[in-house]
Amino acid sequence: MKPAPFDYHAPRQLQEAADLLARLPNAKILAGGQSLVPMMNFRYVMVDHLVDLGGVEDLRGIAVADGMLRIGAMMRQRDLEMSADVARYCPLVTEALHHVGHRQTRNRGTIGGSLAHADPAAELPAVCAAYDAVIHLASTRGIRAVPFRKFTAGFMATVLKPDEMIAAIDLPIWRQGHGHGFHEFARRHGDFALAGAAALLDVGAGNIVRQAALALCGVATSPIRVEAAEARLIGQPLDAALIRSAAAAAWLVEPISDIHAGGEYRRHLAQVLSMRALTDAARRAGVDVPVVM
Amino acid sequence: MSKQPTRVTVNGKAHARIVESRLTLADFLRHELGLTGTHLGCEHGVCGACTVLVDGRTTRSCLMFAVQANGSEVTTVEGLAPDGELSVLQQAFIDNHGLQCGFCTPGMLITLTELLRDTPEPSEQEVREALTGNLCRCTGYAGIVAAALDAAQRLRNGSGG
Repeated sequence: MKPAPFDYHAPRQLQEAADLLARLPNAKILAGGQSLVPMMNFRYVMVDHLVDLGGVEDLRGIAVADGMLRIGAMMRQRDLEMSADVARYCPLVTEALHHVGHRQTRNRGTIGGSLAHADPAAELPAVCAAYDAVIHLASTRGIRAVPFRKFTAGFMATVLKPDEMIAAIDLPIWRQGHGHGFHEFARRHGDFALAGAAALLDVGAGNIVRQAALALCGVATSPIRVEAAEARLIGQPLDAALIRSAAAAAWLVEPISDIHAGGEYRRHLAQVLSMRALTDAARRAGVDVPVVM
Repeated sequence: MSKQPTRVTVNGKAHARIVESRLTLADFLRHELGLTGTHLGCEHGVCGACTVLVDGRTTRSCLMFAVQANGSEVTTVEGLAPDGELSVLQQAFIDNHGLQCGFCTPGMLITLTELLRDTPEPSEQEVREALTGNLCRCTGYAGIVAAALDAAQRLRNGSGG
């Protein structure tokens, strides 16, 4: 047996899970296990208690209310990928999920687990950054809502307290007819991306950009919004030249360097992938811009 | 609570065991039940050799604890066809040189069984995308892709083997 010994807990209710997390020392949450269990198999992670949220019904479900798509934290990535509601209201999520791991890992992996794990190259945190998602954190003290930009806290870190769990994610629904795009570069389909770009564009009369969001993953310690790009887009008539100018703003990012890619290469990817993601978003918003390669 | 009573139905047969929490489903299948058809390559979720169906969905059995499968139905490569017989997909693997050393084959078969169940008419691209989660170091994948497309055709024709 590879992992170190631990006690296993399988709560059925949210309250029961919160009580366990408040009471048990050195406990960790088991969501889909697709990142945690490898780390346990390597004994990078050794816990005394594992609290499996797989049986907590309160943490599942998809609902639309008050202009938000609410997703339960324990929703499996595969179920979100196949959800008609997600495809209709937040199609960027569906698009990005095609790049998340493989079907075998999406069958188990959850959205809450991906956000809590906070891998800088992961797709779903970048999507949450693009949407300005609100993350609901539950504990015995109740539930607190944290905007995504305050949820991340550096490399593979979040503001989650040891006794807190993600309960749900709220994604603001953009106007019907908006466009979305997601592109990433990975060495093998399903691998973690060297860099990725998520884009949302809402376009009004005369192709004027009403609302724009561009988020990158893989280039910094956590997903980042390219506000300079958004500022160049909003209020301007959308065409290929504007997209090129906005994507060039991704040059401003200060990328990480590691064994997989140098910073300069990531900066190049950030611009190219931003251009592709924005182009897809523009075309889906009904603006006839040429496809870029 | 480091040991848990666990009930799992594997290939249609119910099993009840008291297992250590840290026992992976893969080790449970191989060591507790003697179902050694499920192979373990990397044991950290990359190679896909250990893929099984849990409640009908492909799962890496090295990334799941046996206790998490409590109450579930598991299908392993041994459960794809009755003893002494081959499924249409298994026969297609033989006919199309879909295996050489055979180490990755159980995971390949399980992954493609799910694909053909959900997508009876897959394109080559869909087959290749399904296989991204399974590594093969012998075949170069061409024979595996051909086997999957051949099996899909045979299943649609209802010609069995």
